[in-house]
Amino acid sequence: MNKQVESPKGRIIKSRHVKLGTKNKKGQTFTDVNEMFFEAERTASFLTGSEVIREAIKRASVGMSIAYPITPQSEAAALIGELYAEGYLDDYFRGESEFAVMSQCAGAAFGGMRVFTTTAGPGTLRAMENFSMWAGSRLPIQVCVTMRGVNSPLSIQPDTLELSYLLESGMLLWHAETAQDLYDFILKGFIVAEQPDVHLPIAVCCDGFFVTHTKDTVELTPEDLCLTPYDPYKSPVPCMDMECPPIRMMRDPFVMKSNYISYSTHASWQQEVRAAIERSRKHTAALIGGLIDVENNDRDILIVSSGTAVSQGREAIRLLEEEGIKVGLVKIKTIRPFPHEEVREAVKNAKHIFVPEFNMAGWLAREIKSVINDNDRVICGPQVAGGMTLPSEVIVEEIKKYLGIKVGSLAGRGS
Amino acid sequence: MSQYQVKAGPEAFLAPAAASMGIVLPDPGEAHIEGRIVPEEEAYEYAARKFLEAKVPTIFPGPLVLWKWNENAAAKAAAIRKLAEAIPARLIPMADYRPKYPKIEPAVEINPNHPNLTIWYNKIDVCIFVGVHCHQANLALKIIRGGTDCYTMAMCAQAGHEDACLSFRDATVEKIQKLQEAVEKLKKQGVKSQAIPFEQFKTACTGQVA
Repeated sequence: MNKQVESPKGRIIKSRHVKLGTKNKKGQTFTDVNEMFFEAERTASFLTGSEVIREAIKRASVGMSIAYPITPQSEAAALIGELYAEGYLDDYFRGESEFAVMSQCAGAAFGGMRVFTTTAGPGTLRAMENFSMWAGSRLPIQVCVTMRGVNSPLSIQPDTLELSYLLESGMLLWHAETAQDLYDFILKGFIVAEQPDVHLPIAVCCDGFFVTHTKDTVELTPEDLCLTPYDPYKSPVPCMDMECPPIRMMRDPFVMKSNYISYSTHASWQQEVRAAIERSRKHTAALIGGLIDVENNDRDILIVSSGTAVSQGREAIRLLEEEGIKVGLVKIKTIRPFPHEEVREAVKNAKHIFVPEFNMAGWLAREIKSVINDNDRVICGPQVAGGMTLPSEVIVEEIKKYLGIKVGSLAGRGS
Repeated sequence: MSQYQVKAGPEAFLAPAAASMGIVLPDPGEAHIEGRIVPEEEAYEYAARKFLEAKVPTIFPGPLVLWKWNENAAAKAAAIRKLAEAIPARLIPMADYRPKYPKIEPAVEINPNHPNLTIWYNKIDVCIFVGVHCHQANLALKIIRGGTDCYTMAMCAQAGHEDACLSFRDATVEKIQKLQEAVEKLKKQGVKSQAIPFEQFKTACTGQVA
């Protein structure tokens, strides 16, 4: 790296939008994201995750939102419909399916709108083709993914497997641990995703039910402040030009020309999408305080995870501490870009790295293994899925068993 | 810190995107030279010297300055014209980004999907992109770095281009004029342009070369 990307000031370049400081039709003042989050006073509210999504979108200057029902995001999508009825959005409707919704989001974004939608589980998979299309077309759409089971037998319960399907979609992927994260990530996510050097779709992911349907205290920014609007004139590709890529590609893909130049252009295009993910690092680090959070990483044992598994890990650390076993914590906030250097640095002295996850694939453990030295230090698990909770005691048991400490049987893995 | 440097190529069959090699874009007031972050002032002189040392210095104006979609675009276009005269440099437009088949006219146009055809045909050794949408500029800059020995620069109106060997950011009319002034200053100091004599081509309203 030629330059340190961590911003000690916790700020990104101030918005120069022409509407900065003016009021919208609801009387909210268009405000720079730095002022909104680092200067304005916050108010504590006790809300479900779905209500938090509504509160974030109320302040996000979203032009258009398109909905389709699927548990557990339906409530959030309906609440955004209420915002539309109240005049906070320019347009809102229900699509014909998740695939249709994501295609319609693309149309709105191509036309220069700030676009937000929500989906979950099988809906995410049904819409999948569009996510790569969004990224390749450099559309900074935000989708909030309230993750649930995707496999057969069907489950509507929390499961983070669907995030692994999104890993190479070309989208920015942020994983919220709490309702507070969810609120902050939605609003800050728009700003990072719309930076001209990034300009990519973003999936703000949270664990369904655990976050969406649980009440939590959230510090909200003032209701009379909203983000500055999206500025399509800063887009790295032309808007809605049927003759030029990326729109042109919908009817005339490079790949249909069988020659070296077409293949080379396609490859360079894909490289550029991934380069844009890399460029998001400095904006993200400044706005959300780094791509990871670290607590006591000088300890021999670390728990490294993302989403609500971090909360469970934190409680497990407290329980272990009571028994004199000291464990540190690394919370991963962004999955794309993956904080490879940060994780490498954070775990460099650890002897054992436990990665608890709410899925059967262990995709986060694989990601971590792929970027650190001596990756046999990584213990994949404990893992649960299909809506099972991940009691802190199970993490405690896993760590103690690994250390050779006798434990009673807790969760079916034997003693 | 990254050891990667954004040098003129030819670099590779498929050169990596510089951002993926750890090159971070400059912040306001800065520029980058081959991946090294420098104060913007330093980059003006460096870019001016590169232009004057070149045999075929070329400016590639893109659609954001070729079409008068606002007064600022027109002012930028006028400033670019003066810069071209000061160097002197060829002006070869990137009028749009359409894939062109069966072939482009490399003497009078450049296309982001196969920019090397124009670089090779005209033997361009130093170029600058200005008024090109960022995605298309990065695409072309990387392909040029991969397959040619052309030294690439960018005068970007947004955050800059790490895929160029040298990049300014937040380009304005004033910044284009400052580059022109840097060229003129070097000339006054006795640095002579090495450009091969040429005549700027003109296009008729039909779009054909006049």
